[in-house]
Amino acid sequence: MADTLYLITLFPLLGFLINGLLGRWLSEKQSGLVASGAILGSFLVSAQLLLALIALPEGERLFTQNLFAWIPVGELSIPIGYRFDPLSAVMTLVVSGVGLLIHIYSIGYMHADPGIRRYFAFLNLFTFMMLSLVLADNLVLMFLGWEGVGLCSYLLIGFWFEDEAKARAGMKAFIVNRIGDAGFIIAMILLYDQFGTLSISKIAAAAPGAQLAQGFFTAVTLLMFLGATGKSAQIPLYVWLPDAMAGPTPVSALIHAATMVTAGVYLIARNSVLFSLAPATMSIVAFIGILTALYAATIAITQNDIKKVLAYSTISQLGYMFTAVGVGAFSAGIFHLMTHAFFKGLLFLGAGSVIHSMNGEQDMGRMGGLKNHMPTTHWTMLIGVLAIAGIPGLSGFFSKDEILWGAFSQHEGFSWIWLLGVVTAGLTAFYMFRLFFRTFYGDPVWEGTQKPHESPSVMTLPLVLLAFLSIFGGYVGIPAALGGSNPFHHFLEPVLASYPVHSTAAPHTTYRLELLLMLVSTLVVAGGIYYAYRVYIQQPSLAEDLAKRLGLLYRLSFNKYFVDEIYDRLIIKPFRMLATVTWEWFDVQIVDGAVNGSGHAVARMSGIVRKIQNGLIQHYASIILLGVIFILIYIYFD
Amino acid sequence: MVVPLYHVLAFAGLLFTIGVLGVLFRRSAIIVFMSVEIMLNAVNLAFIAFSRYHGDVNGQVFVFFIMTLAAAEVAVGLAIIISLYRNLRTSDISEIRLMKH
Repeated sequence: MADTLYLITLFPLLGFLINGLLGRWLSEKQSGLVASGAILGSFLVSAQLLLALIALPEGERLFTQNLFAWIPVGELSIPIGYRFDPLSAVMTLVVSGVGLLIHIYSIGYMHADPGIRRYFAFLNLFTFMMLSLVLADNLVLMFLGWEGVGLCSYLLIGFWFEDEAKARAGMKAFIVNRIGDAGFIIAMILLYDQFGTLSISKIAAAAPGAQLAQGFFTAVTLLMFLGATGKSAQIPLYVWLPDAMAGPTPVSALIHAATMVTAGVYLIARNSVLFSLAPATMSIVAFIGILTALYAATIAITQNDIKKVLAYSTISQLGYMFTAVGVGAFSAGIFHLMTHAFFKGLLFLGAGSVIHSMNGEQDMGRMGGLKNHMPTTHWTMLIGVLAIAGIPGLSGFFSKDEILWGAFSQHEGFSWIWLLGVVTAGLTAFYMFRLFFRTFYGDPVWEGTQKPHESPSVMTLPLVLLAFLSIFGGYVGIPAALGGSNPFHHFLEPVLASYPVHSTAAPHTTYRLELLLMLVSTLVVAGGIYYAYRVYIQQPSLAEDLAKRLGLLYRLSFNKYFVDEIYDRLIIKPFRMLATVTWEWFDVQIVDGAVNGSGHAVARMSGIVRKIQNGLIQHYASIILLGVIFILIYIYFD
Repeated sequence: MVVPLYHVLAFAGLLFTIGVLGVLFRRSAIIVFMSVEIMLNAVNLAFIAFSRYHGDVNGQVFVFFIMTLAAAEVAVGLAIIISLYRNLRTSDISEIRLMKH
């Protein structure tokens, strides 16, 4: 059964090669079909493997395949080996499934772009790398995927590289990620030093019984988490994600919302055994997660660029996922990862549809009243915002409340995290409906300058399918308190660590409490929606009043707390100064001086010697004669 | 009358020295070339003398090889000199300094 595992990554790789090498001979349509077909192949193989996996008894759900030894060096051997267990199965299906829809959508969105073949080549390469990341059973192979998706992210953010700001945004993403990746590498070195292997499953098997200092696990997991904060845009390394919106919108949907940015959450879930041995790290993860969730939400409420709002919303939702894994509710984090991929993919594609029909306009201040012009986009977006807000019955509700309940129940000291989570949920509902109302309702500000139209069906079909998933995607994880059996949780349970290691929770007595908490969060969300309705539909003048009254707070939020400026002063400027000094003084004077100096010395010395080379044959002959005489004298007297 | 080995060697040495001096001091490429031939033949003479003195035929074999080599060398050398003359209109080697740095 596991023999077909390699096909999952092979299809996108072939798609990349065909579009990348032979693209110039393909028509635009063929290029899109090749790319989408490759992902469809991956999706079908993954789906078939998932069904085979479910058919197995709970304890044996694992397929592995070792293709070949990639790096055999002495005792270290890194194989290209894939591992298909419940966790990677979920990730594989999310990546290939949502990826497929976004590939199809791209055929319409990127229509008539001169670089469309390059676009599809990169998109397929990205999918290949992302699938390698989630299927890898080895940290080094995972790191290859990790870096590969970073590379594709860079290439696709700067896809329209003629615009310097966009090229710079790509570089920013790449460089900020590099900081986190350094942490990942050091963590790998530490793990290899202790365990002598880099296989994730072998380390997970050896770690609980190893007689190691607590500090070791804390250090390793903190370094891994540093890598995760870079890739998953958490405080303090989140600054690249809002700028990453410079890329084409389907790229924002696929890479910067649904898949790549969730790699950090996956990394922690994959190494849940290690993390559960480091309670200090877990608390930090939960703390950073909830702080990021709240912080990004407070920025999102004042942004005017439709994609920026979604970008901050993504950061905020990723914060939720880190909160979940931080409190030990690993499966809740993965559950939210999946539902988020559905509804945030939907929201980005919907926003892309709006931008497409407004000829590239992204400022919500110049939209409004689009409801009747783009009905399909409007209805699917409505489902998306309802899902992300967490209205009962939609997928976001189940996953978010599982996280909140996890934070509240799993640990005594974590109830304040629940409180911040609920506040964030209210803010989320407010800013998402703010986006929705300002785009689709109110006065059309664009009248006379734009001719909005519904997008072609190649773009609306993915919207409809994602809307469907945004509603029903959550039904695999209905909690026991609502009468469900949460099959998603039970499916993932065998591959995830339990934390705290000795859990003493008695579930049945707390159903009532769980329902009460759900009611509270739902009421807060409803309040957020009502407030958005009041401010942006009933009394549009209220928004400006509020902005004035909140003066300082509004400006802080609108300017993203000046974090980019602070980083610029504290890190980038001093770093540039250091670089300039080392360049102009050390490099030019010392290094170049030494190199050029030795060159000059050789040239001067050869200037003396080359006087012999005067071109006169007889001169050379007399030197030969002198040499012969010298040799004869030497032989005679020796 | 048997000519002593010593005389023949002295004569060969004399010829060789004449050849060396010719190579070093004459300016005409043809003369320099002929001087090289004189040096070769001085060596030939010494080989013959030693061959006779030791009663060993190997020395004469060497001479045949050297003569063959000299013939080939003359062919190549004269060709070079002719082509030099055609290009530079001179066969004065003090004026031919193409390899000067």
